[in-house]
Amino acid sequence: MVTQFCTFNVGNLLFGVDVVLVQEVMRYQEMTRVPLASPMIRGIINLRGQLVTAVDMRRRLGLPEAPEGSLPMNVIVRREDDAISLLVDEIGDVIDVSAEALERPPETLMGTARELIKAVCQLEGALLLVLDAQQITSVADTERAA
Amino acid sequence: MSETDEVIQEFLIESTESLDRLDVDLMALEDDAAPEKRIANIFRAVHTIKGTSGFLSFPKVEALAHVGENLLSRLRDGVLSPTPEIVSALLAMADALRGFLSHVETTGTEGPAAHDQLVALLSQLASQENLPQAPIAVQFVATKANEAEDAHPAEAFDEGRSGPLADTSIRVQVGLLDKLMNLVGELVLARNQILQCAAGNEDSTLLGATQRLNLLTTELQEGIMKTRMQPIGSIWSKFPRVVRELARACGKDVELEMVGKDTDLDRSIIEAIKDPLTHIVRNSIDHGIEKPERRLSAGKRQAGTLKMHAFHEGGKVNIEISDDGGGIDPVRVRAKAVERGVVTPDRAARMTDRELVNLIFLPGFSTAEAVSNVSGRGVGMDVVRTNIERIGGTVDVQSQTGAGAIVRIKIPLTLAIIPALIVTASGERYAIPQVSLVELVRLDGSESRGGIETIHGTSLLRLRGNLLPLVYLGTLLGGSKAPAEHAEINVVVLQTDERRFGLVVDSIVDTEEIVVKPLGRELKRVSVFAGATIMGDGRLALILDVLGIAQSANVISEARDRALKAASQVAMTAIEEPAALLLFRTIDGRRMAIPLGLVARLEEIEPDTIEHAGSDRVVQYRGDILPLMCPPFRADASSVVFSQDISLQVIVCSEDGRHLGLVVGEILDIGEEVVSSREVRRGAVPVAIVQGRVTELLDLSTLRAVPDSSFRQPSKLLEFH
Repeated sequence: MVTQFCTFNVGNLLFGVDVVLVQEVMRYQEMTRVPLASPMIRGIINLRGQLVTAVDMRRRLGLPEAPEGSLPMNVIVRREDDAISLLVDEIGDVIDVSAEALERPPETLMGTARELIKAVCQLEGALLLVLDAQQITSVADTERAA
Repeated sequence: MSETDEVIQEFLIESTESLDRLDVDLMALEDDAAPEKRIANIFRAVHTIKGTSGFLSFPKVEALAHVGENLLSRLRDGVLSPTPEIVSALLAMADALRGFLSHVETTGTEGPAAHDQLVALLSQLASQENLPQAPIAVQFVATKANEAEDAHPAEAFDEGRSGPLADTSIRVQVGLLDKLMNLVGELVLARNQILQCAAGNEDSTLLGATQRLNLLTTELQEGIMKTRMQPIGSIWSKFPRVVRELARACGKDVELEMVGKDTDLDRSIIEAIKDPLTHIVRNSIDHGIEKPERRLSAGKRQAGTLKMHAFHEGGKVNIEISDDGGGIDPVRVRAKAVERGVVTPDRAARMTDRELVNLIFLPGFSTAEAVSNVSGRGVGMDVVRTNIERIGGTVDVQSQTGAGAIVRIKIPLTLAIIPALIVTASGERYAIPQVSLVELVRLDGSESRGGIETIHGTSLLRLRGNLLPLVYLGTLLGGSKAPAEHAEINVVVLQTDERRFGLVVDSIVDTEEIVVKPLGRELKRVSVFAGATIMGDGRLALILDVLGIAQSANVISEARDRALKAASQVAMTAIEEPAALLLFRTIDGRRMAIPLGLVARLEEIEPDTIEHAGSDRVVQYRGDILPLMCPPFRADASSVVFSQDISLQVIVCSEDGRHLGLVVGEILDIGEEVVSSREVRRGAVPVAIVQGRVTELLDLSTLRAVPDSSFRQPSKLLEFH
């Protein structure tokens, strides 16, 4: 069985999300900051009249901040009743991965990444980290305290 | 179309739809392993048809639905199981009801059909546990009855449905309207951009086209908006009749009062609350309001009052239905709940009255002694809660035995359009719902510095003598700690929960009608925002939740509560929490403090306005007489001579509606009490350390004890004259 993944870069890592869950991919969108919200939430964007929360993937994954002035791209991921935007550095290709090529994430992987990464796949010259859509789209309230 | 016609039309459309669904449910019933839910659905549909037809005086429809309901309630209770015979009989009932409905639609009357056999069969099925014979015959009899007795056979019925009704209204998925509205919003933005581009162009064709585009877009937008909004009055209009007829049927005297008829509600909300409201009204009249004799013997007016009140508050639509009847008896509810096995006796014993009363929302719960035609099958309140929770609302009932009950429904605004004030803070725009808005105050230069007292991060504005706590929006939202020195200060005076505070913003932009959009679930926790809205330029602005702001700024509720608490504890010996105090210097130079909660206003009065009443000094103040006192209260206090040249600083205190003016030398500051020693030793002065200095606390109990104290009701003062 072959799964298609929408890939994108955050920091120097390559991530993938099941393409079925991706509503659309957009260049940088102007955001409205939401004061007092979790720092992971960069703001809200107006997606053709739909209100979408934008999550900074660097902060979500515990990676260093993006260089000053760089504009993140939006990967809009569908949820049950709405959508959420993942702010990433760069959008990659949609790639086909067969189920056999997917491996369990290494046990040594720690912290936030451990919960978010569902599987890994060795590509030529890169390691694809498959994100758990369920986890990645739920930015719980408690995370601010953590 | 007359009001009655409108009600009948609605009844026809709804009943036809629910009969169609009922067919599907009935057919599926036989195969369903767990049919309880379907039976409940069918039961509700039939119950609603019965109820409405009763109000509209279609006795045959009502009678038929009534026997059907009897049968269904036995199915629901599990006494009978849905055998093919029963299902066939129920299907026949649905057909017969359709026959009635189509007759009503074409002629306005139920027609001559009686369906006696069907009624008899349904009753027989309901009363027997051994199921009778001949299901096929049933089907045949019913169908035949339909054809023979109905002047308009099946074709006429079909015609009827696609004919007159479809001409005047169609049902549209709310989701589709949502989508249309979003698209129109985007169209408006595109239009705005085109208008800007075209403004510098001289091509008359282009200008003409943009002009037309402009008008069309505006009209389209208004049209789409209108499709969704309706005043609640549109569904309330049927209640006077419902109430009247119901009251008559129950032998009661009921007056209906409706407030807030023009509260706009979203279409989907209107739809969803229609049935619940009817059920609540029915319950209030049937169970709540007592019969005239009982009311009179209880010392109430003969006519009971049923009040329906709708209003927007806190970003929600609130609907309250209250009656002045007997209320809900928690003891009876407890007994019933235990009897029905809804709660364990143990749990029931531990429940508060309020929890008990809210048990009425559980399925299958009814406290009516007898099953009446109106209510009492325990379906009403269960439906109420299901429907309201489906649209994200809450329902709550409060009751006072003997005095009445009030049902409060809160529904989120989601798509409701509200007028809002747009302000800016820290470079972002925010919308403030105008419901909470009291007034706008702009302080220029010197005025701004003079009017605002900023101490320890707590700011107060002297506004026409009132002390108004200030909240700096920019600071609250994590901006700079020290609010920038502006040449002018904009204060938005807001009211929530009976309390007022001033919100300091950078600038006030405009008022606008905004469409409320809920925030994503990860932002629900941020209580200072009620949602967001899309502004004219396509960017988003957050909508402020006034109550949330008041709470997170701690200014309104807690500080005030604290002050009030402090005030009430002054008479006692200790205070657990630090109390906010107003510091002042007395005329003879002492440093004293009074709980801020007691301070109503700060005034300056001219010495020549002081008049004398006996040994008291008073001033005329806001149409009242304000006794003046001069702390510290000593026997010789009244001998203090006021300078005639400078105006006097007066702290107007109020407690329990009594006022007193404290003449002081200077108002110093606001601070919190740190250490206090107020062991009430005879003759000891209560003191506290406030802002690092020992300060005497003005104790109002001392004040009352002063023999010549004027701290009494102003009216009593008149006796001195």
